[in-house]
Amino acid sequence: MGLLVLLSLALITAYFLESEEGGLHDAQSIAASALRPFQIGAERVARPFRDVYGYFAGLIHAKGEVERLKAELDELRQEVVGNEFAAEERDRLRAQLNYRGSPTFPRDFRQVSAEVIGQPSGKLDQEITVDAGKSQGVRTEDTVVTPQGLVGTVAWAARDSSLVRLITDESSGVSARVLRRDARGIVRPGGGASDSLVLERVTKDQPLRRGDTVVTAGWRSPEYRSLYPKGLKVGVVASVGQRDTESFKRIQVAPYVDFSSLDSVIVLVPRGR
Amino acid sequence: MLADGGKAAALLYLAAIVQAAVLNGASFLGGTPDLLLVTLAAVALLRGAIFGAVGGFCAGLVLDVATLQTLGLSSLLLTLAGYWIGRYGETTGRDRAHAPLLAVAVITILYAVAALAVRFVLGEYTDGSIVGDSVFPGVLLNALLAVPVFALGRRLFRAPDRVEGSAPVRLLG
Repeated sequence: MGLLVLLSLALITAYFLESEEGGLHDAQSIAASALRPFQIGAERVARPFRDVYGYFAGLIHAKGEVERLKAELDELRQEVVGNEFAAEERDRLRAQLNYRGSPTFPRDFRQVSAEVIGQPSGKLDQEITVDAGKSQGVRTEDTVVTPQGLVGTVAWAARDSSLVRLITDESSGVSARVLRRDARGIVRPGGGASDSLVLERVTKDQPLRRGDTVVTAGWRSPEYRSLYPKGLKVGVVASVGQRDTESFKRIQVAPYVDFSSLDSVIVLVPRGR
Repeated sequence: MLADGGKAAALLYLAAIVQAAVLNGASFLGGTPDLLLVTLAAVALLRGAIFGAVGGFCAGLVLDVATLQTLGLSSLLLTLAGYWIGRYGETTGRDRAHAPLLAVAVITILYAVAALAVRFVLGEYTDGSIVGDSVFPGVLLNALLAVPVFALGRRLFRAPDRVEGSAPVRLLG
């Protein structure tokens, strides 16, 4: 037993000391490729049962959800018309100015679809494993999304699978802005066991209200640029509060993505890589 | 012994894959069932401390590879868990009807605390309140899981035949 404990400690130490291109990481990558078919198989076998559970769990909230969605749909239909006019005018003005902005999705990225084959191993670990890796062009720090919104970034890309750090992970921070307002801040996990997010460092003079949409800022400077492309949906402002003793507002953001039921994701790989 | 090793390997491998791919993301009553830990407890109680330690080490490696986590971290925790449960089964818990449930309940709590301590030592994010909120639902879920897993374990790993009394003596002179 002592030998096994020493071997485990040696593995942990060596793993920490070496870089991502080291021998242990490579061995792990190869072994993960071998395990991948079994994980995919297990996930596919379990999916119908999870869907049934989710169906019955969802039925409980269905009626209230329908009313809320109907109201939201009406609002969004009105917005669509306004957005189409605004997009036309924007494209016309950009062409006139010869404007070159930050990378945006989908124009500057190709999509790599990936199935989720590993779930977070506890409430402290907010990382998932997906079945796309270096062989599909995925690299560390590539952005991961779903049609609903931003999921996170690739923390480590193995040969055929990748570890994705969710935006609900404690080490995550997303530079973001609030649509149609001038407010900018950093989206960070709200803390605790829930998937709520907070938008930090928004000054008190910024007028925000519940229901405002939060998207990635996608800023770019001569030396650095944001990890995330501009304009990816992050969430919606759930509550806005402030205290006299604090310099910034306290903004809770409800993410668009349901992190507890991720089945598949899209990895954004820059075109031309 | 070889046959038992093969069965334990297959069982723990399957449990590790299902845990990584399916159960890690499941949440019931605020907790997550740990099929791998319960299966390891069954193997260790039925086959002893060495089986438990080796099985825990190998299963931990499979889990770390499947979830692309730090290699050796789960191995360390599951080696200790498997050894402790095996020793309990060889001594105090031998032939006790309550041994499986008690072992699973205690090891669930100790495993959560040990995992938190290791994360703290490695400098990763730790929050005792999150773990504290989920550990007791986890104990309940693992105890429920223990019933079918131990039943399966008893069918796969028959109790070894014990020699009663001493062997007959042959006179030489």
